[in-house]
Amino acid sequence: MNRRPGFLVYGLLVAFVLGSCAPLYWSFLVGSHSRNVLTKRVPPLLPGGHFFDNAQRAFDAVPFWKALGNSLLVSTTVATSVVFFSTLAGFAFAKLAFRGRTPLLVFVVATLAVPTQLGVIPLFIVMAKLGWVGSMWALIVPGMVTAFGVFFMRQYLLDAVPDELIEAARVDGCSMIRTFCNVAVPAARPAAAILWLFTFMATWTDFFWPLIVLPASNPTVQIALQQLQSGYYVDYSLVLAGAAVSTVPLLILFVLTGRQLVAGIMQGAVKG
Amino acid sequence: MTLDTSAVTPLGDGGEPSGATATPAGERDAEGSPPRSPAWRRRVSRWDTRLSPYLYVSPFFVVFALVGMFPLLYTGYVSVHEWGLLGGKGDFVGLDNYARVVEDRYFWNALRNTISIFVLSSVPQILIALVLAALLDTQLRARTLWRMSVLIPFVVAPAAVALIFGNVFGDRYGLVNEMLQGIGLEPIRWHVNTLASHVAIASMVNWRWTGYNALIFLAAMQAVPRELYESAAIDGAGKVRQFLSVTLPLIRPTLLFVVITSTIGGLQIFAEPRLFDTQGLGGSDRQYQTLTMYLWELGWRVRDLGMASAVAWLLFLIIIVFALVNLAVSRRVGALGARR
Repeated sequence: MNRRPGFLVYGLLVAFVLGSCAPLYWSFLVGSHSRNVLTKRVPPLLPGGHFFDNAQRAFDAVPFWKALGNSLLVSTTVATSVVFFSTLAGFAFAKLAFRGRTPLLVFVVATLAVPTQLGVIPLFIVMAKLGWVGSMWALIVPGMVTAFGVFFMRQYLLDAVPDELIEAARVDGCSMIRTFCNVAVPAARPAAAILWLFTFMATWTDFFWPLIVLPASNPTVQIALQQLQSGYYVDYSLVLAGAAVSTVPLLILFVLTGRQLVAGIMQGAVKG
Repeated sequence: MTLDTSAVTPLGDGGEPSGATATPAGERDAEGSPPRSPAWRRRVSRWDTRLSPYLYVSPFFVVFALVGMFPLLYTGYVSVHEWGLLGGKGDFVGLDNYARVVEDRYFWNALRNTISIFVLSSVPQILIALVLAALLDTQLRARTLWRMSVLIPFVVAPAAVALIFGNVFGDRYGLVNEMLQGIGLEPIRWHVNTLASHVAIASMVNWRWTGYNALIFLAAMQAVPRELYESAAIDGAGKVRQFLSVTLPLIRPTLLFVVITSTIGGLQIFAEPRLFDTQGLGGSDRQYQTLTMYLWELGWRVRDLGMASAVAWLLFLIIIVFALVNLAVSRRVGALGARR
């Protein structure tokens, strides 16, 4: 697999990329026409001029602005918190000697296999007791740190920070936390950025748990989308305009950071 | 990596001017004259060294205990009680909830649907991802651009994917049916026919994850030593043969990893079938109700948290069984491949 690829390879790749973009384009296409466009035999190939009307109707139908604000708040907070606590724990697991380190690390890795989604019932009971049902706390607190994040940062810091550097900092009289801030944090930056991005996206796209704990009046973007198509008659111009709008924030993030996302996946930043 | 310079610089300028908080600068200057209370400072430093690691790893364990461990165990506790969403805890009922679940035909229906959608989504997805990865593992021009392009579907949330595909696979006026009729075929009732609905839902999963998994495979393929391909070529192996006999065996650990993560994710599928129609219950006769949807319906529609917890535990066991079966099968397959 060394020679320069021929037309066949490029042709297949182009076909695949077109397929990757087609549903998104379709969403924009339907969202930019008036609602009776779908009853036509041959659908139009070019966007119409009603996208902003349809998007406006979607924003009127459900609290979309509030949903965007909520999603932004929750995703940013969770991603930042995960990066902070994971770097801290990853640093300890990778570079500090302490009793019980290995069994604790094995435990962290083992919890990767636990499908936490199945714990929603007690989690809901707890959130109800705390009075957090319906508030963003119910989304933020359970996501503050993940086993994947801890393991990911540990793997990265293992090679990224030379032991001598930590020893030097300690000999110079740095406290543990200063050693962390001055030695580990700068070294962790590339991995931290990747972890932040993936956590942000996973939180932004989450659907099951927000559906359970959030009311219709205080939704995230995904829950607002769900509200758009409830009822017996579905106005697809409105629904798909909403779906297209809801994708814009992540699309912007993708354009800005696509390189890091690709690098992250290829380094083993996996579904988490 | 960039860390050597970036890590050393802050250390260098961080140590000196901050004599107010940390004493090291002062200590170095005043070598010989004893610092204020050396014994106390040494003790603080020792405790710092000893306790800090535990402090640093503790947030994970606290959060996991709260949202991972405790809920899982407590789910077991709830599942052996009568427990209403509004009324709260009732009598201890032993395994009654489990019995009621196992006797419910909708549980078995949901299990069948989940497995069917899982197979329809994971098998084609992994095969296509392998081919795509092989295509990307060539000397492409604008390599990064291609890699980014195949990742585009990943930025569309499952909820949005479900709305878009729900429209594309519409029973009337849907794009797919219009195209079928355009070439003279019968339209398919995607929201009525069980298998058709599974195909439609699986296609959402396939669309969103194929490029992602292809990148994971690509990373593994790039680690395969190029000499192996050369010697295989000398032995007369064609491209396909090279792929089957060199690439596949060598990326087997990655393959296994992808299979297991997509098992854990795939068996919990929720957003896609939930938003495939407007009712959210998986079709008029629950043609595409999955286990997680069944759990949700029991808990938040029927409001029986006891029975819903029993489903959660059963689903947990099912996932473990599937992961183990995957492991065993791929071991076997791997052994066959090695012998060949």
